[in-house]
Amino acid sequence: MQAPVNHIVGLTSIVRERILPFSGTVLVQLNQKVSPNEVIAESNWAREHILLDVARLLRVTPAVAERLIKIKVDDRVPANTEVAVGKGLFPRSVRTPREGRVVVVGGGQVLIEVGDPKIELHAGLPGTVVEIIPNRGAVIQTAGALVQGIWGNGRIESGLLVNIAESPNGVLVANRLDVSLRGSILLAGMVKDAETLKAASELPVRGLILSSLYPSLIPMAREMRFPIMLTEGFGALPMNSAAYKLLSTNAKREITVNAEIYDRYSGARPEAIIQLPTFTDPPIPHEVDDFSPGLQIRMRRPPAMGMIGSIVAIPRGLTMLPSGLRAPAAEVKLENGETVIVPLVNLEVVG
Amino acid sequence: MPSSLVDGNSLLAVDVGAANTRAVLFDVVEGEYRFVASGTAPSTAEAPLKDVSEGARQAIRNLQALLGRPLLDKQNNLITPNQPNGSGVDALVVTISAGATIRTVIVGLLKDVSIESARRLTESTYARIVETIGLNDQRRPDQQIDNIIRMRPDLLVITGGTDGGASRSIKKLLEPVGLASFLLPEEKRPAVLFAGNEKIGDEVRDMFGPLTASLHLSPNVRPSLETEDLEPAQRELAHIVVGIRKRQIKGVDLLDQWSDGHILPTAYATGRMVRFLAKVYGSKKGILVVDIGASAALISAGFKDKSTLNVYPQFGLGENLPGLLNYTSLEDILRWSPLDISTGVLRDYLYQKSLYPSAIAATKEDLAIAQSVTRQALYLAMQSARRDFPRNIATIKPNLTPLFEPILAGGGALSDALRPGQGLLILLDSLQPVGVTTVILDQNNLLPLLGAAASQNNILPVQVLESGAFLSVGTVVSPVVTAKYGTPILLGKLTYENGVEARVELKYGSLETLPLQSGEVGKLAIQCLRGANVGFGPGRGGTIPVSGGALGVVFDGRGRPLDLPSDPVRRRELIKKWNWTIGGE
Repeated sequence: MQAPVNHIVGLTSIVRERILPFSGTVLVQLNQKVSPNEVIAESNWAREHILLDVARLLRVTPAVAERLIKIKVDDRVPANTEVAVGKGLFPRSVRTPREGRVVVVGGGQVLIEVGDPKIELHAGLPGTVVEIIPNRGAVIQTAGALVQGIWGNGRIESGLLVNIAESPNGVLVANRLDVSLRGSILLAGMVKDAETLKAASELPVRGLILSSLYPSLIPMAREMRFPIMLTEGFGALPMNSAAYKLLSTNAKREITVNAEIYDRYSGARPEAIIQLPTFTDPPIPHEVDDFSPGLQIRMRRPPAMGMIGSIVAIPRGLTMLPSGLRAPAAEVKLENGETVIVPLVNLEVVG
Repeated sequence: MPSSLVDGNSLLAVDVGAANTRAVLFDVVEGEYRFVASGTAPSTAEAPLKDVSEGARQAIRNLQALLGRPLLDKQNNLITPNQPNGSGVDALVVTISAGATIRTVIVGLLKDVSIESARRLTESTYARIVETIGLNDQRRPDQQIDNIIRMRPDLLVITGGTDGGASRSIKKLLEPVGLASFLLPEEKRPAVLFAGNEKIGDEVRDMFGPLTASLHLSPNVRPSLETEDLEPAQRELAHIVVGIRKRQIKGVDLLDQWSDGHILPTAYATGRMVRFLAKVYGSKKGILVVDIGASAALISAGFKDKSTLNVYPQFGLGENLPGLLNYTSLEDILRWSPLDISTGVLRDYLYQKSLYPSAIAATKEDLAIAQSVTRQALYLAMQSARRDFPRNIATIKPNLTPLFEPILAGGGALSDALRPGQGLLILLDSLQPVGVTTVILDQNNLLPLLGAAASQNNILPVQVLESGAFLSVGTVVSPVVTAKYGTPILLGKLTYENGVEARVELKYGSLETLPLQSGEVGKLAIQCLRGANVGFGPGRGGTIPVSGGALGVVFDGRGRPLDLPSDPVRRRELIKKWNWTIGGE
């Protein structure tokens, strides 16, 4: 059976396709070096509009209003621009309430897009542009350590990694955040209260790599202006030992956290990257693997959720689980020495 | 046009679900169609493979390993038709429920008329209504435009106006909708289904034709104020959904090609089967089909004159799980649990499980939570679906579940249940059937696949249905009565074919069973006490023929609506007792 892979790798080539959701302009060139927050492509997509019903405002028919309208499609109009003037001794006039661009004129009406229509695509990782995807984006490659998470709040930032989690099951509390941590990306444990997020925001930190977060804090975490990446998920879950070990041994190094929102269909997921110098490109990790004895795995569900272990054996056919259900399963030896029977669908390969 | 399957002997059916893809072979055995075997593999709509044909191929490979005959050639393409050496199949049908929920904007005139029809139409597939535009909308047109743009819909469902009726209002409503479509990036413009006043069809074509590559017009869902006809629009919607999936998910086009166009949304195929069953087996009672899995909960009911089909992605047990809390409370979910589980643990479960929808319960605690969530989700789905049932249907009490015969249940959450009894208890708790009904488990989730095949080969579904491919759980007797806990409410006497008799005294608040094996029949004499009603009238009994099943005849005396004790300790003890009686644990 094919196994999903969660990348926690000390040194690997990281190749990421970064594309706009729709056509736009690519701003980078082949072989260009990029930083994580660099805009590599942009597009325009206005999400705010004003519809001026000139005919109704001037109390004329749409056909008459058409003739009175002075602006045309694609005109950039400052606020208070005269759009149309009626007839008579004291003619009424229609003016633009805000600055914008005319997108439609017709039927005695004018539709103006207002606000900033720009959509920017950031590189998301430090690296080199290895391919241009015309009108959509680019493929960026780098080498370094990679830790993938399971949830992100959509922000990107780079900074110095500081480990303040003394162990994988540490809890980050507000009074642990002092001024010496300002501008750092923190490897911290789990967050259980809003005060901690507020304190991190006020400091401010540049990012948080957490094991888990209480579900009630998700809306607040989404509002934070710095990236938050969770390695395990929601509730009070310790960080898996592989991620903790890799990140904690890279403390004091420059790290990029791209807390991309997890999208199971596109494959986008949050990740932390520590760029490392290499002479040759290290191998690219597999995206899928086949379950087999000896593979290092991570437990996705209880028992021992989040724990690292290795597959000892995969019995043929269906195996009775402790719950009583029957499913294709593996015998797994956990890092604490315990052996458990786990359904294959509850496992992911670490590598 | 797809070619007919009537001449085909062997039929391969592939169901691409959110979590699993199944390949099922139907073939002629001793002159009749039979379910032969099925192979399952994890679905591959999601990253990293992002190609549903990979999961389909793996499921077919697993099936061919069971069959001992190749169905795929060396290039991994389907061998069709069936070859003289036994390899391949004559035809393929596909159903699909995988894919993100389809974001839909509905447009109609009046809230209780065309907008209501648009809602029902949209709820017949894997869609979520993200915006409603109607005549009584107080927002400015530019606010409506911006909202539609922000929602980035996949689909616009436009209704409104009776045939030949006024058209000005609906045309006015279409202006902001058309403008919003125009303003969306070309590759993100939604598909459009117009099912309103047929008189303005040409104008709709003129307005939306240049804006979308997928414009569909169907007969009016509301040809007159009093009449609603969703079926033609549902058929059109099914084609649109497949088109959207082709655009969104790689591999759907290949399955479409292999199946020669015989690909349908799973829900639509199920609904088609319910209509078919209602016609073939219809009685005074309705036919109920329920299905609950990772992508959605589905309730479809077939009555003499009308069928309903409701798909609720918000009650699916996968990625939408945290959203369940918009419709219910943690406490209401936990009322079904036999174990003492805190609300915090449940909340964490809902969020964490949404990250890994295909994961299954490996521990007893996880299973208790999973089954509690299943009960509540199915309960909510049933409560929602009841709103759309026709008025003139057989009931014991108007506020209770109507009378159904049979109830057919499928979906991952039920077919994964430990034992048939556990599946039955989940159904009794969530659907709360009344009177006398047969409960059948679709353990192999065949029903939608039969529905997909039905329009091309109407012999196959009938023969497979009658072949024993479905698991009869048994006959359930659920009296409607008000009584004190422990009071006798019904006496039952089951007479077996050999003349032997078995008796039961059902007390309020309890569950009882009388054994009657699958394939056996018997006569059940019911005597109702304290005004209990099983469909013959208050306090009236009768004798009815019953057929056996895995659990024989089950008597559910727990009251309707089901009355759970408010004391948590007592409630958990009772649930454990019921689990022991029916679930075998």
